[in-house]
Amino acid sequence: QLGEMLQLPLVVTAQVDLLLVLVSLLAFWTRLSHLSYPNAVVFDEVYYGQFVSLYMKRVFFIDDSGPPLGHMILAFGAYLGGFDGNFVWNRIGAEYPTTVNVWSLRLLPALCGALCVPLVYLLTLELKFSHLSALGAAVLLLLENSLIVQSRFMLLESVLIFFVLLAFFSYLRFHNAPSSSWSRYIWLILSGVSCGAVVGVKYMGLFSYLLLLVVASLHTWKLIGDKTISHRNVCVQCVHRVLCLVVVPVLLYVFWFYVHLSFLNRSGPHDQLMSSAFQASLQGGLSRITRGQPLEVAYGSQVTLRSSVSQPIPCWLHSHKVNYPIRYDNGRGSSHQQQVTCYPFKDVNNWWIIKDPGRQQLVVDTPPRPVRHGDVIQLVHGMTSRFLNSHDVAAPMSPHTQEVSGYIDFNVSMPAQNLWRVDISNREAESEVWKTILSEVRLVHVNTSAVLKLSGVPLPDWGFRQLEVVADKLFKAHSSSLEWTVEEHRYGTSQEQKEREAELHSPTHIDVDRKISFWAKFVELQWKMLTVKQEESEHKYSSSPLEWITMETNIAYWLHSSTNAQIHLIGNPVSWGVGNLSLLAYQLLAVVYLLRRRRGLKDVPDGVWDQFVCLGCVCVGGWLVNFVPFLLMDKTLFLYHYLPALCYLYLLSPALLEHAHTHLLRYAHQLQHSLTHQRALCVGALAVLLSIFLTYRTFCPLTYGSPELSAHQLQGLKWRDTWDILYRRR
Amino acid sequence: MAKAECTPKWNTLALRNRKTCPTPEKSFQTTFTPVSKDKNSQTAGLLAGGDTQSSNGPSGQFVARGSIESPSKVLLMLVAGLSFSTRLYKLTEPPHVCWDETHFGKMGSYYINRTFFFDVHPPLGKMLIGLAGYMSGYNGTFPFIKPGDKYENQNYWGMRGFCAVLGSFLPIFAYLIVLELSNSCTAAIIAATLLIFDTGCITISQYILLDPILMFFIMAAVLSMVKFNQQRYRSFTASWWFWLVLTGINLAGALGVKFVGLFVIVLVGLNTIGDLWRLLGDMSLSLVDIAKHFLARAFALILLPLILYVTIFAVHFVVLNKSGPGDGFFSSAFQSRLIGNNLHNASMPEYLAFGSTVTIKNLRIAGGYLHSHWHLYPEGVGARQQQVTAYLHKDYNNLWVVHRQQDNNSQSGNPDLVRHGDIVRLEHKETTRNLHSHLHEAPLTKKHFQVTGYGINGTGDANDLWQMEVCGGRKGDPVKVLRSKVRFLHRATGCVLYSSGKTLPKWGWEQIEVTCSPYLKETPSSQWNIEDHINPKLPNISLSVLKPNFLEILLESHIVMFRGNSGLKPKDNEMNSKPWHWPINYQGLRFSGVNATEYRVYLLGNPVVWWINLASLGLYFTMVAVASIATQRGFSLGQQRIEHSLVLVRGGGLLMLGWLLHYAPFFTMGRILYFHHYFPAMLFSSMLTGLTLDILFRSADLLLHPPYSYWFQRTGQLLLLFSILYSFYLFHPLSYGMTGPLAHEPGSAMAGLKWMDSWEF
Repeated sequence: QLGEMLQLPLVVTAQVDLLLVLVSLLAFWTRLSHLSYPNAVVFDEVYYGQFVSLYMKRVFFIDDSGPPLGHMILAFGAYLGGFDGNFVWNRIGAEYPTTVNVWSLRLLPALCGALCVPLVYLLTLELKFSHLSALGAAVLLLLENSLIVQSRFMLLESVLIFFVLLAFFSYLRFHNAPSSSWSRYIWLILSGVSCGAVVGVKYMGLFSYLLLLVVASLHTWKLIGDKTISHRNVCVQCVHRVLCLVVVPVLLYVFWFYVHLSFLNRSGPHDQLMSSAFQASLQGGLSRITRGQPLEVAYGSQVTLRSSVSQPIPCWLHSHKVNYPIRYDNGRGSSHQQQVTCYPFKDVNNWWIIKDPGRQQLVVDTPPRPVRHGDVIQLVHGMTSRFLNSHDVAAPMSPHTQEVSGYIDFNVSMPAQNLWRVDISNREAESEVWKTILSEVRLVHVNTSAVLKLSGVPLPDWGFRQLEVVADKLFKAHSSSLEWTVEEHRYGTSQEQKEREAELHSPTHIDVDRKISFWAKFVELQWKMLTVKQEESEHKYSSSPLEWITMETNIAYWLHSSTNAQIHLIGNPVSWGVGNLSLLAYQLLAVVYLLRRRRGLKDVPDGVWDQFVCLGCVCVGGWLVNFVPFLLMDKTLFLYHYLPALCYLYLLSPALLEHAHTHLLRYAHQLQHSLTHQRALCVGALAVLLSIFLTYRTFCPLTYGSPELSAHQLQGLKWRDTWDILYRRR
Repeated sequence: MAKAECTPKWNTLALRNRKTCPTPEKSFQTTFTPVSKDKNSQTAGLLAGGDTQSSNGPSGQFVARGSIESPSKVLLMLVAGLSFSTRLYKLTEPPHVCWDETHFGKMGSYYINRTFFFDVHPPLGKMLIGLAGYMSGYNGTFPFIKPGDKYENQNYWGMRGFCAVLGSFLPIFAYLIVLELSNSCTAAIIAATLLIFDTGCITISQYILLDPILMFFIMAAVLSMVKFNQQRYRSFTASWWFWLVLTGINLAGALGVKFVGLFVIVLVGLNTIGDLWRLLGDMSLSLVDIAKHFLARAFALILLPLILYVTIFAVHFVVLNKSGPGDGFFSSAFQSRLIGNNLHNASMPEYLAFGSTVTIKNLRIAGGYLHSHWHLYPEGVGARQQQVTAYLHKDYNNLWVVHRQQDNNSQSGNPDLVRHGDIVRLEHKETTRNLHSHLHEAPLTKKHFQVTGYGINGTGDANDLWQMEVCGGRKGDPVKVLRSKVRFLHRATGCVLYSSGKTLPKWGWEQIEVTCSPYLKETPSSQWNIEDHINPKLPNISLSVLKPNFLEILLESHIVMFRGNSGLKPKDNEMNSKPWHWPINYQGLRFSGVNATEYRVYLLGNPVVWWINLASLGLYFTMVAVASIATQRGFSLGQQRIEHSLVLVRGGGLLMLGWLLHYAPFFTMGRILYFHHYFPAMLFSSMLTGLTLDILFRSADLLLHPPYSYWFQRTGQLLLLFSILYSFYLFHPLSYGMTGPLAHEPGSAMAGLKWMDSWEF
């Protein structure tokens, strides 16, 4: 038997698509060669770099520009290169020191950018177009200068595009595979995973993901209508799709945050934006101060009260030995009692003591008597011993609300109204104890049922520009400006004022740390990321979406510190035009086809029509979802935001050309000119490809930053007046 | 063709509930119009089949087929009666200005006084209010200064009554629309009941506001569109034309009141596209026929509304010919047409010269005049020098004197003209400070430089020098007053004088920030023109050449309106309403009164009605999903079920589309939003509820057997009616006024009704 087996030849049959290999190699060459040049911070590297450094140091940060996966990928690249996070990203053009491995920082985006090219090739095949079309699409992407520039630096667009293409490719692979094969579910899962990655890299990816879901549900709808399949089978297939395309991406999205939060466990510059509980979960920062504090607030506790609003800045309830001015600038009068404000810095004057109204003492009993929801308390200012008071006097800056003061008896028949009811708004039980850091508390003024509120208006000079605190009668259940949390806390031990002052000056004690669940942190972080408002900034190279279509703008990414060598984000104008033309042509053709089909004239057979519709759904749909949302955005926008949309156009152009070649010119056949027409089309396409290659070559110096060009040559590259190309005076 | 067949069972039942119970005495023979010529129209047949075949339950109560229309008419009368009585009840209470009456009442008065004003909405609504006031004897003298002002002896009831009457039509229209879409009186009556007894709809109809007028036109447009759809088999007949043209007129009306009218235009547009698509697929029609259809619709739904809309503006401009508070928002050329404006029939020197006193207006629309005053920038905001701002109103502090670089003394003889490229120094006439800029960051736009007033009596420093450039001009070109666009380039830093359009905080009197921008892009923000020009040494020319033509005025007023709209940004301290608040009735609006002692009116939907609507939206989606999956999977459904799913998908789809179109766009809007923006969407949502719940009740036989399913249907309907009526009884003080303690205090009339903490009554 062994002898027989030996007689059989050992054969490996492999099919290698040489075209695919060729374009892949070219893609790697264009994207990866001389990756560490220029050895300086280029454009938005200055932005992403700071987060990479923070990852390396495991310091918590919050970035509203996108979910954490993108940053993590960049950080992973840095980690591979042994980056230790010790580089200050403060200026575009700053030279990297030799300790920073620039190549590894830029490697992952460049790899993603290079892989986009073979992916586009494969995707065109999955859209059921020929290898020639696939080659065309790959070449368009390969020779697109703007994509090359965007891939070669530590930026996220190429990563986004890679995952979007991967998601579509693997979904279509799944869809096109025969329904009997089980291996196709691997493709479906891969598609779900890429969708999770797409949304995890940038929020804009959400729209591509939704498009994929729409395509998938259209396909599923057809499946439901297929009466040859049993009900059970349909159910199973639907469940599979939902699991892979909805559940998996959602779980992955949460998973990115899980990794993000478990990595970043040290306190950092953005702590202040988060709630006290969140801050306390980070090492250093607040947790260093609050560790070991007693959990339950009791009568006699010394506390600092932080407002739950972190806009404009986080602050603590504060008072000091200065009174409200008798008359304000506008002539209104005040109570002239002691000012109560909100102060954005840690200060000994932020300490308040919780007092039982029925008793005199300011120390904690043994055992401590905890304060519960609904209890009435008084708040005594630690340093001045004034009681927190409110009354029917208009507040200084918000006259429709009540003034809050530290009560001084001027004997002007203005009695003290210093009782406050504790209202724990995030309580779980009615008799819940007031807890340090965890409880969000409203202080309801007993006499007037107004609520202590941070109005957030800065006081004038007499109030040292601290923030105004008022009592507002109008309940608004949602407003976080009404909520206060106890941040620093200790049990008071000294009854005498002098001792107490000394006690307040001493730091709080130490001990166990408190944990909040991952979900609470995730929800808070996600909410903050979506709501943190950044100052709307104007940028020299910002542009409006309509300028992108015609490429009216460019972005200067880098300029050599002494020579004219420079890198710009400029697309290949010829490909750009080809893309726009094909978009227009597709729409025209689709309208004509649709109208004619409605009248019963079928220009193309049904199979071809389906292929045509699918092409439109993916490419034109993809362009739309990646472009239209920008028109509605208030953000500062840049040309590179258009790149994902552009890729869809490059996918569309060759496919549409093939469609025209094989189906449209069939009519010309009857006119006996078909061959000439088809030949003309081929020649035209070749000419266009050639000119694309030539323009690519022409703009190469601006894409790769070398060789350096003379001012005259640069002038020649300024194809549009609106482009901003830099010249250095010699 | 047959429409509006009711289940007679429900009719009598419903009527009995209302204690009106008119037995259909006159069983007049309804003349059914023959169901079109072509018998192919299956859908018509299906729709028309209606409920006559749906004989679930005991059939003892059938009424003769001929008399079917009569109860629906009686019901219509009932709806109308209830609607008018709820809206007109206590109309004149409270006798003071409530909420936005302060704006729209004031603007009505402006029409009566023919004073020009600026508002972000198109003029039709306010014109109608003005007209109603005029007809009812209001003389336009009440100032409408702030909410809470007593009307005293003014005739304000006419304006309120007009709005209330239009608001009363909404339930009637809803009834008719749903009847048309579902062929079921039950559905129609549910929809109408929801609207009649909704406190929100009552409140918003009772005051001088644009919303009742807007909603009237929206609903009228939808109604005529639906009626027009029913006429599809009688193309080009008189009634076909009537409903088509009426749709167009109502569209113009809706757009003429508020830009929200665009949404209903989109709705009608989509419906029309669908309609044309259907016609295109109808192979019995020739292409010429289709072209006719297309042209008829293009005329009635595009051209006609456009003409009407433009006419409204024409009337607006003709009526308002006196200068008023809105002048400063418009360009200099625009102002020259207003009687009483200083540019009206004015004459001034044509070319700018050194020594002239001028006002300088930013070219951004609603850009304001370059302004300064005796106030310094506060500490911490750049250098502590005098503020320079842009100010929308005309004021003595807008005057600047153009000086040469050095000399300050006036020369004798003809002064030299200022030419492109000349270096000038601008001295503020009132405070004698020079326009100045330096390398401090601007107060709001941090990347720009601060602009201040500096120096005294014309002595300053090199930072006071500006190079004046005429846009598109060459060296030596003179600067034409009003017509030249000029830029001021700062000599020392190279930046350009710029108005960012951002409003300064209180220290800057909420005027507009002026900066010096280092980005030299040519935008209207960095371009200015010379408006007033006083120089006794130069000959004056008449400015009547500048008068813009009607189209220019129209265009400009639209740009100003859009700018104004997007400029309504929420202020920092203000709690603003979010779109997701609205369907859950999260928070209302105070129309009148805050404290316990005052007469309070609070705009809040009847929570029961609104939550039923919300639940029905979910229900609708579920039902449609179930129905369409069943169809797609090829389950065999009964005839009746197929009709139900058709009504759900077609009629319900139209209403759902209407709801989406009137709701979803608000999520993308950056401007400040209020609760009352949801009301048009709420109308659609209520109609959808009527349709959905009706079909839900009728589908009871899916689960229960005949007698029980019939009982279930009845119980459901009764329960719904009762809960709406009872909740209205509970919440009616919201609309008709409350006094006494607030709801969270004991002893209040509304005690226990504050179901959500966010409600403020």
